[in-house]
Amino acid sequence: MSIYSEQEAKAILDKVIALSKADECTATLGGSIDGNIRYARNAVSTSGIVTDTQLGVQVAFGKRVGVATINEFDDASLAKVVARAEELARLAPENPEFMPAIDKQDYKATKTYSEKTAAITPEFRAQVAADSIGPCKADKLVAAGFLADSQGFSAIANSKGNFGYQKTTNVDFTCTVRTEDGTGSGWVARNVADVERFDAKSEIKVAIDKAKRSRDAKALEPGKYTVIMEPAATAGLVSFMMFGFDARQADEGRSFLSKKGGGNKIGEQVYDPRVTIYADPTEAGAEVLPWDNDGMARSRMPIISKGKVENLRYSRYWAKNKEKPATAMPGNLIMVGGDKSTMDLVKSTRKGILVTRTWYIRMVDPQTVLLTGLTRDGTFYVENGEVKYPIKNFRFNESPVIMLNNIEEIGKPVRVGDDESPFVMMIPPMKIRDFTFTSLSDAV
Amino acid sequence: MERRDFLKATGAGLGIALLPAWGRVVAADVLTTKIDVALKKRLADTALAAAKDGGATYCDVRIGRYLRQFIVTREDRVQNVVNTESTGIGVRVIANGTWGFAASGDLSADSVARAARQAVAIAKANSRLTIEPVQLAETKGVGEVSWATPIERNAMEVPVKEKVELLLAANAAAMKAGASFINSTLFQVNEQKYFASTDGSYIDQDIHRIWAPVNVTAIDKASGKFRARAGLSSPMGMGYEYLVPKKEHKVEMPGGTIGYTHSYDIVEDAAIAARQAQEKLKAPSVKPGKYDLVLDPAHLWLTIHESVGHPLELDRVLGYEANYAGTSFATLDKWKSKDFKYGSDKVTLFADKLQPHSLGAVGYDDEGIKTKRWDLVKDGILVNYQAIRDQAHIIGEKESQGCCYADSWSSVQFQRMANVSLAPGKQKLVPADMVKNVANGIYIIGAGSFSIDQQRYNAQFGGQLFYEIKDGKVTQMIEDVAYQIRTPEFWNACSAICDESDYRIGGSFFDGKGEPSQVSAVSHGSSTARFDGINVINTARSLG
Repeated sequence: MSIYSEQEAKAILDKVIALSKADECTATLGGSIDGNIRYARNAVSTSGIVTDTQLGVQVAFGKRVGVATINEFDDASLAKVVARAEELARLAPENPEFMPAIDKQDYKATKTYSEKTAAITPEFRAQVAADSIGPCKADKLVAAGFLADSQGFSAIANSKGNFGYQKTTNVDFTCTVRTEDGTGSGWVARNVADVERFDAKSEIKVAIDKAKRSRDAKALEPGKYTVIMEPAATAGLVSFMMFGFDARQADEGRSFLSKKGGGNKIGEQVYDPRVTIYADPTEAGAEVLPWDNDGMARSRMPIISKGKVENLRYSRYWAKNKEKPATAMPGNLIMVGGDKSTMDLVKSTRKGILVTRTWYIRMVDPQTVLLTGLTRDGTFYVENGEVKYPIKNFRFNESPVIMLNNIEEIGKPVRVGDDESPFVMMIPPMKIRDFTFTSLSDAV
Repeated sequence: MERRDFLKATGAGLGIALLPAWGRVVAADVLTTKIDVALKKRLADTALAAAKDGGATYCDVRIGRYLRQFIVTREDRVQNVVNTESTGIGVRVIANGTWGFAASGDLSADSVARAARQAVAIAKANSRLTIEPVQLAETKGVGEVSWATPIERNAMEVPVKEKVELLLAANAAAMKAGASFINSTLFQVNEQKYFASTDGSYIDQDIHRIWAPVNVTAIDKASGKFRARAGLSSPMGMGYEYLVPKKEHKVEMPGGTIGYTHSYDIVEDAAIAARQAQEKLKAPSVKPGKYDLVLDPAHLWLTIHESVGHPLELDRVLGYEANYAGTSFATLDKWKSKDFKYGSDKVTLFADKLQPHSLGAVGYDDEGIKTKRWDLVKDGILVNYQAIRDQAHIIGEKESQGCCYADSWSSVQFQRMANVSLAPGKQKLVPADMVKNVANGIYIIGAGSFSIDQQRYNAQFGGQLFYEIKDGKVTQMIEDVAYQIRTPEFWNACSAICDESDYRIGGSFFDGKGEPSQVSAVSHGSSTARFDGINVINTARSLG
């Protein structure tokens, strides 16, 4: 069994805490059932289910810390894992950055669980594949996609009386649809906690439409363009930028938020005044666990307010060092927007480029968060409010900091999951001026 | 590299809940033990018999024990020491012409047989959706054999204290040389893998890998500028002997830089990195334009990896990775034409699972195929791909090329990149002589930023160190360099390759592919090579 109830989880964690003779003890118990189906060339290639449950025990003697984990939970195993952690702690060097276990926290439950998602069956997964492949075959297109669903629980407790338990679910779907001759490619992605909000039959239409419309793309000269970025196109850039929002990095002088002469840019106007980003574990449609990996309670935290940097993440060690309050690591990123859809933004554009998604984003220069990457699976030229024709993909070299200063218009945020990001995100479509494309790509 | 996996591996300042995804956390002494081979054979036979009884026409069994240790430090302190172990069995079968796979972490006979039966049941269930039955290339069973990475000293047996002291010595050397910060890490991996199949193979392998990345930062507080220089080590298929520096393994390069072949002087490199990180703060910015590039092997490996290794993976060519990593420009028609000019006639690129000290060197792959070397691009022409048993027939091969790998007992094995390398030049040529003929060029050392499109045409690469070459001489360090290429044009612009005496390997410890994503480690060798007229951009920006 990999999904424990709150009572079962608490019973195990209480035993662990009671067994420990160390100065302090923190224990986490987590379990998950992950299902997936993968298909390519219009046929299912792999499918599987992985179940896992793991107990982690961290103990400390003074500033010496030991960690051990185990996946068996009988009394003898619990005694063994605690003893192992204590043995490792006694052998460990003192950690000069040691922080004591957190005090009892006040966790406010968030809606991260859906019964419907937890009840997904292998037949459901096969149907998603069939719903993707069927219409593609009928239209002489080729589908390749992946559906991954998970249900799990997370429990945390420590010797200071802290305890938390919550269940989570997640569904992540992506599908790439290509024309048989390889001249067109479209893509769709959907990330939800509740599978009720997901319908493969309707999602696949987006990718099919883009694949068909992206055939015979024309080449435009690289340069600076007004771009309409679908939410998935900027999610990776915004998420990458968040690595710089660490107070220690900034104070040490190695973040774009470091200040000349020392210190950080909290309180400074770094972005266009229309940019507001916050984290909130209770955000409707983007709920995350109410605690972070340290067990610190998450609450609503403004990160950028009206273009000003409002908060950086202070780890408990750095907060103590700088005499500031510690902040929990955010689990989501919510960018505030308006009501307009991507197509509304297209309608108001005289000349521009519509970007479905960006890909292979990597840091070029952390000093300015200059990122490079490419457009993919549906890039179109826009003129006088209409999508005119498909264009070849571009490589960009752009900083999200510059991008978020060149905003023309912001649309309505939607939930986006990015395979390289640790955050659940709500990101709006955006119209950006002077976005820098540096070369053409022949890739379809 | 998979960014997420790297963050998990280093802990990146996070707490207990983000334990490494690779198994349970154990004490260091557990990392030096093994499972008895006789027991593994008994368990494998149990699974093979259960699969055959269930109706499988083919079955392979992998009993894997994956051991890892990470030591993470910065400046004068140890941030994390993590030991992990993951042990279990993966059973793959063909039934009704379809693959099925199941895995279990429980190594009891009952559980092993159950996994085999489950794999058969999954194969039969999935066979309803099968379009073409699996075609396996012929292979003969090899009986009971073993293979081990030729190491001198098992890094897992070196006391943690000794390893910590080495990292802290490197950190101290960098700080003494003026670094503002240094992060250093030691990754060690031991894969104890047992493979058995209905073809009659029982293969026991003991594979070791090691990597010691450092990253040194220099900060100019007054201007707010910061620059980093990463270490010039390579991840290697070696033991701890890699970290015992030998003079004959050092290569002198521009700017007082030292390159390394089969052993690494981490303390020396950390100190040089500290000096160079400070130099980078003041180096002039590159003028964008066309340059002749002289690419050091510690840089070129990554360009080979992205622009040759990946596009010549047959599963990408066929479309199996279309939704994630992408497809390939190197389509079957180009290969069939026998005249597709992938590169200039100086360019021969070969795949090699035997290369000593490389990350991909194994005796047998994860479907029991004896490993070998073969050409991918011969004298500039595309001649082959990288394939596994169920793909070999597609490219007219009679046998698999041995490219099958799974990153865990619980993952399904699939086609992964072999070591792919650039053959050294046949004429005698060393880097110093190569530079003499360059009028307007840039010498690039070390791997930096990298990005390539989903068909592997358009790529952009940075580096660690850039030196201007003017009229045959290295003049000064420059900064803000990245070059952009279109893959076939880039390789056709290769005008010279140094000889075998300059051959070195680099590599990737965390190459990601597949859904769910799996990582693999792979090396790429080359001698210093010259590429003419490459587009260089300036990456400096101002945030105002």
